[in-house]
Amino acid sequence: MTLDLTQFHEIFFEESFEALDAMEAALLKLSAGEVDAELINTIFRVAHSIKGGAATFAFNEVAGFTHVLETLLDQLRAGKRQVRPEIVDVLLRSGDAMRAMLVATQRKEVIDSTGVAKLRAELDRIMSESGSAAAPAAAASAPPGKPAASGDSAIPGWRIKFIPGPELLRNGNDPLRILRELATLGNLKVSVDAGRVPALNDLEPEVCCLRWNLEVHGEIDRAAVNAVFEWAESECELTIERVGGETAPASASAVAAPAPEAPAAPVQTPAAEATTRSANPDGGSIRVSIEKIDELLNSVGELVITQSVLSQLAAPLEGREAGELRSALAQLERHMRALQESVMRVRMLPISFVFNRFPRLVRDLGQRLGKKIELKVTGDTTELDKTVLEKIGDPLVHLVRNSIDHGIEMPDVRIAAGKTEQGTISLLAYHKGGNVIVEVSDDGGGLRKDKILKKALERGLVTNEVDLSEERILNLIFAPGFSTADVVSDVSGRGVGMDVVRRNINELGGHIQIFSKEGQGSTIRIRLPLTLAILDGQLARVGKEVYVVPIVSIVETIQVTRERVNAVASGGQVFRLRDDYLPIVRLHSLFDIEPDYTDLLDGLLMIVEADGKRVGLFVDELMSQQQVVIKSLETNFKQVTGLAGATMLGDGRVALILDIPGVITRFQAAPEERGVARPQAA
Amino acid sequence: MNNTNASGALEAADTQQFLTFKLAGEEYGVGILTVQEIRGWSKVTKVPHTPEWLLGVINLRGVVVPIIDLRVKFNFASAEYNDTTVVIILTVASRVVGVVVDGVSDVITLAAAQIKPAPSLGTGADTSHIIGFGTLDERMRILMDVEKLMAGADMGLVDKAIH
Repeated sequence: MTLDLTQFHEIFFEESFEALDAMEAALLKLSAGEVDAELINTIFRVAHSIKGGAATFAFNEVAGFTHVLETLLDQLRAGKRQVRPEIVDVLLRSGDAMRAMLVATQRKEVIDSTGVAKLRAELDRIMSESGSAAAPAAAASAPPGKPAASGDSAIPGWRIKFIPGPELLRNGNDPLRILRELATLGNLKVSVDAGRVPALNDLEPEVCCLRWNLEVHGEIDRAAVNAVFEWAESECELTIERVGGETAPASASAVAAPAPEAPAAPVQTPAAEATTRSANPDGGSIRVSIEKIDELLNSVGELVITQSVLSQLAAPLEGREAGELRSALAQLERHMRALQESVMRVRMLPISFVFNRFPRLVRDLGQRLGKKIELKVTGDTTELDKTVLEKIGDPLVHLVRNSIDHGIEMPDVRIAAGKTEQGTISLLAYHKGGNVIVEVSDDGGGLRKDKILKKALERGLVTNEVDLSEERILNLIFAPGFSTADVVSDVSGRGVGMDVVRRNINELGGHIQIFSKEGQGSTIRIRLPLTLAILDGQLARVGKEVYVVPIVSIVETIQVTRERVNAVASGGQVFRLRDDYLPIVRLHSLFDIEPDYTDLLDGLLMIVEADGKRVGLFVDELMSQQQVVIKSLETNFKQVTGLAGATMLGDGRVALILDIPGVITRFQAAPEERGVARPQAA
Repeated sequence: MNNTNASGALEAADTQQFLTFKLAGEEYGVGILTVQEIRGWSKVTKVPHTPEWLLGVINLRGVVVPIIDLRVKFNFASAEYNDTTVVIILTVASRVVGVVVDGVSDVITLAAAQIKPAPSLGTGADTSHIIGFGTLDERMRILMDVEKLMAGADMGLVDKAIH
């Protein structure tokens, strides 16, 4: 018996980390005062399954520690102990410790046993003080293990007496299914009357001898209850009567609640458990490696290209059959789009994967700084491509930290300013026109424009203080030179690494905006593409070549007039766009291709922006706008400065996608440096 | 690394198969296992700021594949591109590269004894990418190690770490 268990290690780790996430989420809900048996059960289940797994794989430190944790959780579950903030705190730290231990085990490193031992001692201490503390607690209030045992009857509901007829089972009706269905309607209490079950010798297996007294509580329609019994109605005796509810005061109904025919020990039916399990959002998902999905995505991408090649081939054909062919191709195109979209969706994950870490962050950081902060999360089911999700995490953490650290004021300051003591940080995500918008807002002090401007002038980021719009002043905090320590104390502190945040967002093809009202708070809005695999592009032609310019980089496209072009001494040209002078980048000379036009007046000037720099990109002609599938040049070749990748056009040709930051870098580089690989910037 | 086995470790196998092709009048051979497919010439998209021998990239069923002209690379008189021009698609160290040649000749099987090591051609010529010379039916083929060729300092198409 030499089963190699190591092959299961990775799965164990992966599942354990996910389980720990769930545990943390449940703990945070607990700490917010939500005492719910299901939450404690969730936490217990996590600890239990990790313990079991760890013991199986002989990760003894993990198993040992988890065992102690489990003991405490078991006491909480059984209601022998009250949930107190300090217990939640220790449990949170225990979760961290378990994660650290698992990570160390995964990397085959040594586990930090002193920290674990300390935590273990703390757990032991809590458990040892149990005897005295728990007993009054249990007496004082309803133990969390049995939630609202008495309050339940106060909710209106239905009492059902269900006596199945002898033919019920033979006709294919399953009482269990009925019970299960009832349990989905509301809080179901089941008691079974087994008094009529004959002796084993006389028992006919196909005759139902059990009777049930049921109570289901919640806002339930009589019709809904009837519907559950619809199929069985003719084969059973059924009495349904209303209980509890608005007429009876809570205390009275609590007394009246027990069923008249003093029920036999209430049984927790498997039905009730089944519903809890199916309510679990993980139900019905499978694990698929990302490579497989990418392969699928690639194949679909190829199909789309083949399909558009076919359409182009069919376009010039004539005759009756040609028309039929074209309509069949149009149908194919619709199906292809649907297919492509669904494959894309496979890669999408809800943004809650990122948002989930914030309750903890806000709680911990707020506590440390002595600030009272509430976190509001909206739209956390908004879906985003997995690759985008992975890269958005760190910038968002940075923004939220900034909001906590510098946005929200101390409680006394807030009260003095006439605000509530508790500050609010909101995370909001929603779809808008093919993009996902993520907003981080706070109701703190906002940005102080005068100080930003002063600082920017000091640092030489701006030269004249006139004519700076509010938006441009706020945007100064994204300037690279702005993120220094002394800014933190002077200005309301924003700007710590904001340039990095903006660069990360831009790398994702996203866009960041800032809104702020002094004294009322700030909002940072991030616009992200749904996916990194597809890009909204503007096709632009230079000579015989077609390039794709990412739409996010384009500010506007204009026709040049002679009087707005100025030559500068060094041989370059600048273009006057309202108040700005923009350098003109001739794509044909930068990329060394033969253009149709060399005179600026003949072609078009595309104003593009990257990293806060604007240039005018001179091209021959604009073509269509379309979504293009990004193909990496690096797969079979290497990275080329100024190119973000390539894509296939409808005719099967390859078009190169411009990387605007790279184009600008290349343009600014001295001629002899051109062709040298760009350093890891932008 | 199956590619290395195909072209590099000659001594290990008794016989080796090579795809031979014509390039400026000479016949060359590459290990058959590095050849993915052979296709006709199709228009390439030029990539800016790349050496002259890199003609550009093509769309090979949804994959962007760089196309190299060895005639330019080896400083032969430049040849034209027409309907008879052939592109050999090679898989080298998990990368896909297309090589333009004048024409594909044959697949030959050579015993280890039939392959003569490349002589040193003096300081002027780089022969590191030549496995040897194979003689069959009194005709000589220059056998190339594609991986070494692509990993050459100026090509940089394959990471050197592979070796």
